[in-house]
Amino acid sequence: MVQPSVAVLERHMLLYRRLWKASVFSFFALPYLFLVSIGAGVGGYVGEVDGFAYLDWIAPGILAATVYQIAANESTYGVYTDFEWVGGFHTMRGTRVSIRDMIAGWLMYVLVMVTMAVVAFLAIAWMFGTLHSPWVWTVPLICALLALGAAGPTMAFAACIRNDGYFELLTRFVVIPTTLFAGVFFPVSELPEGFRQLAYASPLWHGVELSRGAMLGTSPAWPVAWHIGYLLLWAVAGWICAEVAFRRRLAS
Amino acid sequence: MLTNAIAGRFSATRSAAVVKRNARAMQTGPSAWLLVLAGLVEPLFYLLSIGLGVGSLISKDIVYRGHEVSYPDFVAPAMLATSAMTAAFSTTTFAFFAKLRQSKVYEAVLVTPVRPREVAVAEVVWSAIRGTVYCGLFLIAMVLLDTVSVGWALLAFPASVLAVVAFAAIGLAASTLMRGWHDFDALTTAQMALFLFSGTFSPAEDYPVPAQILVELTPLYHAVELIRRICIGDLAPQLLWNAGYLVAATGLCLVFAARRIHTIVYD
Repeated sequence: MVQPSVAVLERHMLLYRRLWKASVFSFFALPYLFLVSIGAGVGGYVGEVDGFAYLDWIAPGILAATVYQIAANESTYGVYTDFEWVGGFHTMRGTRVSIRDMIAGWLMYVLVMVTMAVVAFLAIAWMFGTLHSPWVWTVPLICALLALGAAGPTMAFAACIRNDGYFELLTRFVVIPTTLFAGVFFPVSELPEGFRQLAYASPLWHGVELSRGAMLGTSPAWPVAWHIGYLLLWAVAGWICAEVAFRRRLAS
Repeated sequence: MLTNAIAGRFSATRSAAVVKRNARAMQTGPSAWLLVLAGLVEPLFYLLSIGLGVGSLISKDIVYRGHEVSYPDFVAPAMLATSAMTAAFSTTTFAFFAKLRQSKVYEAVLVTPVRPREVAVAEVVWSAIRGTVYCGLFLIAMVLLDTVSVGWALLAFPASVLAVVAFAAIGLAASTLMRGWHDFDALTTAQMALFLFSGTFSPAEDYPVPAQILVELTPLYHAVELIRRICIGDLAPQLLWNAGYLVAATGLCLVFAARRIHTIVYD
């Protein structure tokens, strides 16, 4: 007998096998297009940031932003569909799959998706010559932690709402601004006071700092343990919120 | 015979009836205005992040068509052109496709005297009405951020409406070719590629020549050129070529979309 959470993962992977084509663009092509357009195109005018060419400086940021977006976007309709339209989670409830297994299975699925994108991106970043440190091997782990911190709260959100129109608002008012202002494209020191604190509060900024440190060989803004601790906080809090939201939704 | 003769002519009244239907349908969703706002903030966030944020890292002015332009002033008009595209596509792609293939709204509409070309025109007009709101608000934001003067903003406004109309017609034509929802991935991909590579964030002259030629064939490039040159006050004769491209695209795509609606609904 397989672990129930692994069985849940298997179900999501089985579905993904039929839908993978739709993800090719956002997982693999989009980060590359951003790297060329902003990194190389605009980079020609920027020159250096913190002693690195802009392309090199921005690559870890684009990677972290991609991870953040994949983790958040996958956990919107992916989770909502199983509650509202397909009833996948309600069906699982009738088996020996616990709510914790459902969440663990989904998060494992998100990690598989994110890791595929990370490996593909690192290969491209390597071809562009933007990797400067042996610490780059820790990047998949950093990205996995960031993905958990982004996926958990989004799952909780998806389990709470009863109309999918709210995802549009989540994307426009949370995911996109976070991506644009959390130190991905320019240092948060350029942000006005107040907005800078918002960037610090987001999990993405910590993921950006860690992956930038690991890919360029520089030390992040805060001590590494703090960044990791803060991301862990998001991951654990997200998981707890998701569990509460799932329990409430499946009780009705 | 008589009804055929009447139906053969284009009727603005019948087209307007379809526009009114769209306006009514919008009122059923309570969050509709929130969604309009949501569409507006995205290009604004890009302007603040890339235009002002990344712009703060760029000390030199950008040389664009022989003019020295600061980076925020360079990016802002491109974001206006982009928001025209986004606004147009927000009603003419997914929403239009749903009415054409899923909810079969047009099957109901076309049993009345309304003709496919009136439907096509109505959808473009509806899109232009919404797009006018987006572009107007975005231009006000541009003036407040001091990236354009009020005078040039007033002239850029009709140019941005032309861009909305052109992209609405392009969106309609493209949507009539979609076989299912999965085909929209191609459209989303194309939209993002246009957004990143239409001379939006760095001048198109920086691209390698083959890429430049490719970019000059695409519509967003012409919208960006038209709007940006007006915003920086460079009224060169080439603007007529950019505007002509958008007008021609509107006409061709409208005719094509009307034909396709006819085929899809009647065959």
